[in-house]
Amino acid sequence: MKRAPTHSYPGLNLGRRHASADKASEVVTFGFWVFLMSDLVYFGLMFAIYITMIDAQAGGPGPHDLFNMTSIFAQTLILLTSSLTVGLAMLALKYNLPRWRIVFWFSVTLVLGICFLVLEIRDFMDMAEKGGIPQRSGFLSAFYGLVPLHGVHVAAGCLWLVVLGIQLRVFGLTDLVMSRVVRLALFWHFLDLIWIGIITIVYFGGLTYG
Amino acid sequence: MTETGFFGRLTWDSFPIAGLMKDPNANEIVANAAAGVMIVGVIAVVGLLTWFRLWGPLWRNWLTSADHKKIGIMYIVFAIVMLARGVLEGVVMRAQQAAGPGEGFLEAEHFAELFSTHGTIMIFFVAVPFVFGIANFLIPLMIGARDVAFPVMNQISLGLTVSAGMMLMVSLVVGQFSTGGWTAYPPYTGAVFNPGVGPDYWIWAIVVSGSGTTLTGINFAVTIYKLRAPGMTFMRLPIYCWTIISSSILIVFAMPPLGVAALMLAADRYLDFHFFTNDLGGNMMNYANLFWLFGHPEVYLLVLPAYGIFSEVFATFSAKRLYGYNSLVIATMCIAVLSFTVWLHHFFTMGQSALINAVFGIATMLIAIPTGVKVYDWMATLYRGRIRFSVPMLYGLAFLMLFVIGGLSGVILANPTVDYQVHNTLFLVAHFHNVLLPGVLFGLLAGYNYWFPKAFGFRLNEAWGRISVVLWTVGFMLTFLPLYFVGLMGMPRRSYSWEDPSFHPFMIVAFIGAFVILSALFSVIIQLWVSIRDREKTQVPVGDPWDARTLEWSIPAPPPPYNFAVIPQITDRDDFAAAKERGEAYPSPDQYEDISMPRNTGIGFAICVLSGIWMFALVWWIWWLAALVTVLMLLSFILWTFRLDTEEVIPAEEVRKQHEAWLDLVNSAKPVDRDHETAPENRGLARPDLKAVT
Repeated sequence: MKRAPTHSYPGLNLGRRHASADKASEVVTFGFWVFLMSDLVYFGLMFAIYITMIDAQAGGPGPHDLFNMTSIFAQTLILLTSSLTVGLAMLALKYNLPRWRIVFWFSVTLVLGICFLVLEIRDFMDMAEKGGIPQRSGFLSAFYGLVPLHGVHVAAGCLWLVVLGIQLRVFGLTDLVMSRVVRLALFWHFLDLIWIGIITIVYFGGLTYG
Repeated sequence: MTETGFFGRLTWDSFPIAGLMKDPNANEIVANAAAGVMIVGVIAVVGLLTWFRLWGPLWRNWLTSADHKKIGIMYIVFAIVMLARGVLEGVVMRAQQAAGPGEGFLEAEHFAELFSTHGTIMIFFVAVPFVFGIANFLIPLMIGARDVAFPVMNQISLGLTVSAGMMLMVSLVVGQFSTGGWTAYPPYTGAVFNPGVGPDYWIWAIVVSGSGTTLTGINFAVTIYKLRAPGMTFMRLPIYCWTIISSSILIVFAMPPLGVAALMLAADRYLDFHFFTNDLGGNMMNYANLFWLFGHPEVYLLVLPAYGIFSEVFATFSAKRLYGYNSLVIATMCIAVLSFTVWLHHFFTMGQSALINAVFGIATMLIAIPTGVKVYDWMATLYRGRIRFSVPMLYGLAFLMLFVIGGLSGVILANPTVDYQVHNTLFLVAHFHNVLLPGVLFGLLAGYNYWFPKAFGFRLNEAWGRISVVLWTVGFMLTFLPLYFVGLMGMPRRSYSWEDPSFHPFMIVAFIGAFVILSALFSVIIQLWVSIRDREKTQVPVGDPWDARTLEWSIPAPPPPYNFAVIPQITDRDDFAAAKERGEAYPSPDQYEDISMPRNTGIGFAICVLSGIWMFALVWWIWWLAALVTVLMLLSFILWTFRLDTEEVIPAEEVRKQHEAWLDLVNSAKPVDRDHETAPENRGLARPDLKAVT
């Protein structure tokens, strides 16, 4: 038997078990990669702005006064774990495991995403109490231009999880829904990637050079 | 931010008519005349649509259509409307500067508003939509596809671009636009120096149209990468497609800096951030870098497609294969890459070290090399060709001569030491108009004349086309070449008033030139009107009126919604020309298949209206409305994703009937040779009278 071609787009794909969905995903997944590249440029520029503004503290509070590394450690663990769980959802889809497995891993991812957001917002509130508000200095403007931008992406990812969860329930595993799961997983991994940049540049970099 | 009422900071005084009633003077009259023209225009359009009962057809056939050809045409219509406003503003500015030393009828503030809207409109709402209107129409036809990769996203892009353009129109009637130029440099455009609504209009128009353009770039990159017909390898793509790939790549990477810069400026203005302020660590150089990190690739994303159009025009009207295809491809990609390495030349005088200036100066000069390669390739295409001086070809020849002057003045400006002398003078204004008019605008007009018969099934009037070429060319030379001289004499750009009497003769010549350009614009409109009136005599239903070479000419004019009855198998570069030579140009397919096409949808129009209200609410601080519309936009998008029934099927039998009717037309039409291509007997079937020269 001739095998249907796989890997028609970069990343974990749906594979031979879902040949028609796999084919339907090819163009749109590639398009989503291009979108992510464009989005990556947004973040790249915000990182660059942050680096140029580390010293622009204007006598206000700096990284050493504001960053709570314990909370950052917790957020990192939560977000990395959520990347694992969204990956497990994707594997459950690829290998035709029962649908509840996908829903289960989606729910875990959603809970982790919300936990991450709660911790992040708590951090911002702590910072604000110590005078770390964006109106205080160029450095804080750059911080609040970058980290919450990632947070907004996570929130958008959570909304997407909810909507896609509903679609899984309403439509079942149609080609369209499967293709959307592929893209959601890509998006979620992208959020993780940006977070790695944020802990290295914003937090470690800030503490080292700020 | 201060306390605001139900309508935010919108009050009676926000309308220019209030200013006229308080203090009638020339300045207020000009402002109100502009607002009046805008309002009368809207009423006229609404009235005509109602009188001719066109609302229904407009909605069904156009506004909700996901057909790339219709979306392309709507882009172009929008661009031409905006072009009219941009040209008129140019004429008013020329009039102001021609009035004489210390004279003039406008106030400084109003003049600043004019050059800000003129620049913003011409770049973002004329050049971009015109370029992508033509691309929208052509790309799927050229690569043998039925539509773009994401037809609905295409519709949303159009909606975002149009709603952002409408904001500029609204700013005529409510409040006033920014006075900060099209670049909107802070801190001048920050909240401290400019607390009014002007910069906010600029910011939101840029953010929204920028996101529309980004989506377009993604769409076209994916379309060309993924939807090419079988056998259409990269090195068989028409050069035009290559230039659109490059432009799309430029968009994907270069629009984010603009979005980032504009949103950061918004954060400064709305939330009191300190990205670009003078105090508390803000740094405006970040803005300059971000803006031009976008701004320089932007000019190439506009001019590369124009190069592509000229490449097709030169090949067709020289009846030759394009000379140096490979070198043109390489040159295009080189320009695309180099365009990211030169942004700093826009602010040589803003305090970098000499070494950095030198590096960017050299990088800038390097761009002249691939561009020069292209110019030689085009000339070599003309050489020993069987040239017809049709309208697109005339635009091409004017382009070749004038564009080289513009390019060379660019190389002069690339030298930082020279730039120190002439920066911020009219020399610079002359330079970029010299590349944008003969380069981008002539290219677009050439494309418009060249592909019009493909889009509508009849040719444009040749005589009026020629008049229009002459008027544009003469108008351009009269208006902008004198600016090189006054620029070298030291006249600053963007000045509403000047004192040195030796500038005056040049200003008067430029003013006359502005009127020639205005008549050129009228000639384009007259050409369209005359062509529509005489359309019975210029029908080209067979679809190949110019004996052209690329795939889009192998199908009927206008093309059916599905473009190709059967997706073609490509075996050659210029596949259609090769097929005509072999006498196999119009094959009769053995079998037809059902074709599924995207169904009409209102999502693009909904996003257009909602994003327009969203921008207005943000500009005027009507927070409840902004929040409400944000939720509505999100909801309408989410609900749209629940729609499964997005495609409709055109049955094979229907396709067969239509295609065979057209093939009968092909067989009954009389082939026309190139000497008679402008005559009424040209029904779109060409008789190749020369073997293609390779």
